[in-house]
Amino acid sequence: MSKMKTITYREALKSAIREALQKDERVFLMGEDVGHYGGAFAVSKGLLKEFGPGRIMDVPLSESGFTGAGIGAALAGMRPIVEIMTVNFSLLAMDQIINNAATLLHMSGGQLNVPVVIRMGCGIGRQLAAQHSHSWEPFYAHVPGINVLAVGTHEDARGMLLTALESPDPVILFEYTSMLNLEAEIIEDAGAVDICKAKVRREGIDLSLITYGTGVYKSLEAAEVLSKDGMDIEVIDLRVLRPLDEETFLTSIAKTHKALVVEDAWKSVSISSEISARIMEKAFFELDLPVERLCGVEVPIPYPKHLEDASVPQVQDIVEKVRKILKP
Amino acid sequence: MKKTQSKSKFPVSKAEGKRLLHQMQLIRRFEEKSAEVYTETKIRGFLHLYVGEEAVAVGVMQALKEEDYILSTYREHGHALARGMDPGAIMAEMYGKVEGCAMGRGGSMHLFDKNIHFYGGNAIVGGHLPMAVGMALASKKQGKKNVTCCFFGEGAAAEGEFHESMNLAALWDAPVLFLCENNLYAMGTALEYTHSEQQLEKKGPTYGIETATVNGMDLLEVMKAAQKAVDYIRETGKPYFLVCYTYRFRAHSMFDAELYRDKAEVEEWKKQDPIPQFKKYLLKEQLITEKEIASLEEAVEKEVAAAVDFAENGTWEPIEDLCRFVYSENQEP
Ligand SMILES: Cc1ncc(C[n+]2csc(CCOP(=O)(O)OP(=O)(O)O)c2C)c(N)n1
Repeated sequence: MSKMKTITYREALKSAIREALQKDERVFLMGEDVGHYGGAFAVSKGLLKEFGPGRIMDVPLSESGFTGAGIGAALAGMRPIVEIMTVNFSLLAMDQIINNAATLLHMSGGQLNVPVVIRMGCGIGRQLAAQHSHSWEPFYAHVPGINVLAVGTHEDARGMLLTALESPDPVILFEYTSMLNLEAEIIEDAGAVDICKAKVRREGIDLSLITYGTGVYKSLEAAEVLSKDGMDIEVIDLRVLRPLDEETFLTSIAKTHKALVVEDAWKSVSISSEISARIMEKAFFELDLPVERLCGVEVPIPYPKHLEDASVPQVQDIVEKVRKILKP
Repeated sequence: MKKTQSKSKFPVSKAEGKRLLHQMQLIRRFEEKSAEVYTETKIRGFLHLYVGEEAVAVGVMQALKEEDYILSTYREHGHALARGMDPGAIMAEMYGKVEGCAMGRGGSMHLFDKNIHFYGGNAIVGGHLPMAVGMALASKKQGKKNVTCCFFGEGAAAEGEFHESMNLAALWDAPVLFLCENNLYAMGTALEYTHSEQQLEKKGPTYGIETATVNGMDLLEVMKAAQKAVDYIRETGKPYFLVCYTYRFRAHSMFDAELYRDKAEVEEWKKQDPIPQFKKYLLKEQLITEKEIASLEEAVEKEVAAAVDFAENGTWEPIEDLCRFVYSENQEP
């Protein structure tokens, strides 16, 4: 067994950025408040001092402008890590991401690839109300030409960025701010991880619980509760929302014959809609029951805690849903 | 800092002087109380305080009429209070209670009150500027004489939406007051790192917009500058850009460790605190007595305490109502 160490999600993200900056001169971090402020969520705290303003660039409030500049720098041989403070503000940069980063390779007949990495803080659960609680994973996962990663575990927080920087094409990393202070054990010499496969985070035989992002730890927690009732749940962390790795969840369903998809995003036109459709297309005859979904309620996220909690699946909701499916 | 020099002070009567001081004091104490209840976890999410910048909200609001429209940012408690929004309704909103000015749905960053034409509370930096242009455009099309006043920070002036809005307002002769509160920092990033031209007032004339600057720490100066701006807009129907030089005394939000500025700099600015400055002026002009100040402060304490009580005694919205206000309940257009 390799030696383990305890690390927060924030430390994991930060050590990946540090390592990337140390390893490759072409890498630089650009974003609002990444330097003097120390990062809106203290992820880049201290890096300005260590690497200087040439590599840790504070940028003005100009999401479309600096994201586009990151794309341009990538085109011209750099390896920028663009930090968009939160996914909410990425709406201002969406034109650059979709019309430029995602399409240049195709429009140029394969001449221009865009090796830009875009990190965004995201997630619901800090009572930030409607404009600051968006789940846009499905939005970006809709777009061919970009790779979309959901950083749902500490292992991935430590490793995904490093692999993303080796991709010839744009990569978007969704980082979950509600997990920043969360501690977990990862192997001591943890490093780069693959960014093409989903992962079985817990093996089980009774039901495949398919999720991503903050859903991963929630689902693992729910699975533990359910195991006390004798229900053996398999938890699949999708990790890569585009291009989607079907094999992992289809293999799981061939074993469990039941599936529940869990996510915070609004239900309509979501990741779970897509997963459910793929299961229907490719594993219909494996199913004992229809695919079930537990998603965000279709309402702009309200400010008060009790309403916010009611808007997205909680551990208890997952437990109850699985019970209903397995022991109706 | 660029200062607009002026000889004559804006004239205020005794009653007016007291009312103005009361408003600034109310904002100050309301904000300090909010920070307190935040640490008791009664308020959650983001909380951006206006302490230090009171003279801007109070000064500008004096020039506006009942029918004028106001749009603001997430740092809007001061604007809302100065506009006359009920402190209890604001506090209840921040508690997330139904009695809040937006039924608790919005919280600190999203104060709304249509009755007093207070259109939020926008948490996307620069997001409200185009809407302000549109509201002013509507006034123009409807032949109304009202002004739309849009508050925003200097950080927002780097966003494309600022530039697009300035251009549109000038192009369409939309009666908007672009009110920039330049407190020198966008979160933790100083002006020098975010603007190639730090004299933001230079940006107005390039769009053909009448522009002025004012010392935002001096209430009477702000009143005078705002009155001039609003008079111009009402007369010409054209936009106006007013840059107020100000400073926030507290952190950007409750999550900010303030690594980016010196304590000494903050202390230096505190010497220009608009509230003691204005008190001094009123005393010197014999428009108020020490005793009156004391009783005014006491009254403010009571008002703030009443706001907290109101919020404490408020009610939670039932979870069954979660999906309200996604589409209009009243289907009349
Ligand atoms: C489009 C967008 N980008 C980033 C943020 C995060 N953010 C909130 S306030 C702020 C600083 C804004 O500074 P300024 O406009 O000067 O206003 P101030 O807070 O100083 O009043 C930032 C970066 C946001 N809310 N919206």
